[in-house]
Amino acid sequence: MTTVVADGLSKRYRIGEYKAGYETLRDTLSHNVRRALRLEHVDHSLEEIWALEDVSFTVDEGEVVGFIGRNGAGKSTLLKILTRITPPTRGTASIRGRVGSILEVGTGFHPELTGRENTFLNGAILGMKRREIKAKFDEIVEFSGIGKFIDTPVKRYSSGMYVRLAFAVAAHLDPEVLIIDEVLAVGDYEFQQRCMGRIEDISGSGRTVLFVSHDMQAITRLCNRAYWLHHGHVAADGPAEDVVARYLQDASGAASEVVFEPDRAPGTDDVRLSGARVVDVNGETVSTVDVREPVGVEIRFEVLRDTGPLFPKIKLANDRGEVVFNAFDTTDRWRTSPEPGTYTCTAWIPPNLLNEGVIGIDVTVASLGAPTLHNHINVPSMIRFHVTDPGLGDSAKGLFTGQLRGGVRPLLDWTTEYDPAQGYETAYRTTGSSVSSDVS
Amino acid sequence: MLSAPDVPVTVIRPAGRTGMPDFRELWRARDLALILAWRDVKVRYKQSLIGIAWAVLQPLLTMVVFTLIFGKFAQLPAQGLPYPVFSMLNLVPWTFLAAMFTLTAGCVLSNRMLVQKVHFPLLILPLACFLVPLIDFTFSFVVGLGITAHYDVAIQSTIVYMPLFLLMLAMTAIGLGSFLAVINVRYRDVPYVVPFLVQLWLFASGVIYAAQALPERYIDIASLNPAVGGITGFRWAVVGTPAPSHTMLALGWSSAIVIFVSGLWFYRRAEPRFADTL
Repeated sequence: MTTVVADGLSKRYRIGEYKAGYETLRDTLSHNVRRALRLEHVDHSLEEIWALEDVSFTVDEGEVVGFIGRNGAGKSTLLKILTRITPPTRGTASIRGRVGSILEVGTGFHPELTGRENTFLNGAILGMKRREIKAKFDEIVEFSGIGKFIDTPVKRYSSGMYVRLAFAVAAHLDPEVLIIDEVLAVGDYEFQQRCMGRIEDISGSGRTVLFVSHDMQAITRLCNRAYWLHHGHVAADGPAEDVVARYLQDASGAASEVVFEPDRAPGTDDVRLSGARVVDVNGETVSTVDVREPVGVEIRFEVLRDTGPLFPKIKLANDRGEVVFNAFDTTDRWRTSPEPGTYTCTAWIPPNLLNEGVIGIDVTVASLGAPTLHNHINVPSMIRFHVTDPGLGDSAKGLFTGQLRGGVRPLLDWTTEYDPAQGYETAYRTTGSSVSSDVS
Repeated sequence: MLSAPDVPVTVIRPAGRTGMPDFRELWRARDLALILAWRDVKVRYKQSLIGIAWAVLQPLLTMVVFTLIFGKFAQLPAQGLPYPVFSMLNLVPWTFLAAMFTLTAGCVLSNRMLVQKVHFPLLILPLACFLVPLIDFTFSFVVGLGITAHYDVAIQSTIVYMPLFLLMLAMTAIGLGSFLAVINVRYRDVPYVVPFLVQLWLFASGVIYAAQALPERYIDIASLNPAVGGITGFRWAVVGTPAPSHTMLALGWSSAIVIFVSGLWFYRRAEPRFADTL
């Protein structure tokens, strides 16, 4: 049975509205006065953007459907419309059954209030009745593991406790349709696993779940189907694995090499960026890299005249938008002003350093303007590539098949000393006596 | 296509013309409204001593200042009451009105985290602003009665009508506050204007002087301000000073109702844009 039907949902923002967020009465008044006095030419054509354009889909009862896409693709806007936080500009949708939404963990938590008080507050905000919260209260406290701290103001909680309690409340929502945004982006690994488990339970009990995430692993694990949003449109839909694969391919495919036409090249009168690409050890352009192989980032730029010292720089960020690292060429060559001409520089990233997933690269030509770096050219997210791990056990992941968290995933040298003669008791006693002798 | 008798269906469509509020939804959200109101109370009285003391001190200190300046120095008439009693009985309802107005004016901004993250009938935000001022009022009212008794002024049985005048003031505060709440969302310099407005309003509301002492031809105009009828009536109910005239009551009530309804209407019209503008 169909549970959610969206028909041509569209949302328009005016750029001014979108960017500045708010204005002051003083500005508006002085602006209008000036306009009346014709001191100021006013351009009334406010720029508009469609954050979402003509998005239609249906979700059947009991389906878990994922929504993926880059930042700004319209995912959050879609969620805000489906949860009725903001109305669409055009289009309609209907949802059958009680709707619960978690767009944030701990919405409305007040630091001065105790865990108990916040549980009732947050529960009511999420749409639970007082009776309902009362009935589930013990279960919620149990799930959160907060224990006796339930009557302590949450401002004294560690961030971990805070998130655990907040999720515990949300996890006990009992709607027929659940809408979740990026909840897994908070908390530690263990907590995230529990969230995932809980979402699996919920979907297993026949309820419908709409789920937005940047975490492709979570999407493929939880969802039957996925929609890929791109620039406010549905770019693809189908089985979650297929859509995720297409999304990752797109994110890493065509964009692993960019070459600029001479008249379009970004830069200044002094220096111009000609292109950049991702290469393997044979110098071939690649979009997908085995984590066990080195990978090169090649930057080509033209120096047109004497510029003073400068150097190429790259910044790597992963699909969650986290910076993996910054790096620039520190060799002596760049200590003096480079001769005019074309420079092709390649930064070699060692094998077994990056984590799996999509890596986006900002390409920069910079100089040292003490104490900061001065960018002559900077092209954010210019090229991308995809790091994969075939999972043969010889990478930093060993035989683990899940996803390791973190920007990097180096293969470290581990050393171990082993002494079969000493049991736990002796080892403890030895340590204990050495500590006490230190003290005395 | 999505119809079955007992399952609720949520329909999402563009914000159209402002219709009547969905009273059923509003009613279903009463738990949330009460919990939000109760949250504000809890937070305010968390450091209980300062919380309660503040509720009482504000009108009390103002009363002392007014008594010194307007009672002793300017020797304003006080309808036969000792000036401290007169001004305290005016300041208690006035503080209630001013506090509720200020709270309502900031209600969307102070709850913006909620507005941006969950859907609920946003009308409950101004409506949930009644509780904190009401509790503050209770404390300061008790102190006001104490002062009245201390000066040997008899408290009348008409005190049972007092809540009616309180209601009139509350409707005015929430109505006007809702206007300001909407403007606050869009123009962030408005919060600085609110205290100034409150101060001007005080002088127009018969707090320092008795409204009936105004020149005849100004009384009707002054009565359009519901605070005038509300405060005069409040004083009458408690200690039996001259009652507000029927004209004053009729004008005051009409304008309180107009302000309340139009304020909430204006709020409702702007409501769909809150999440995008905040």
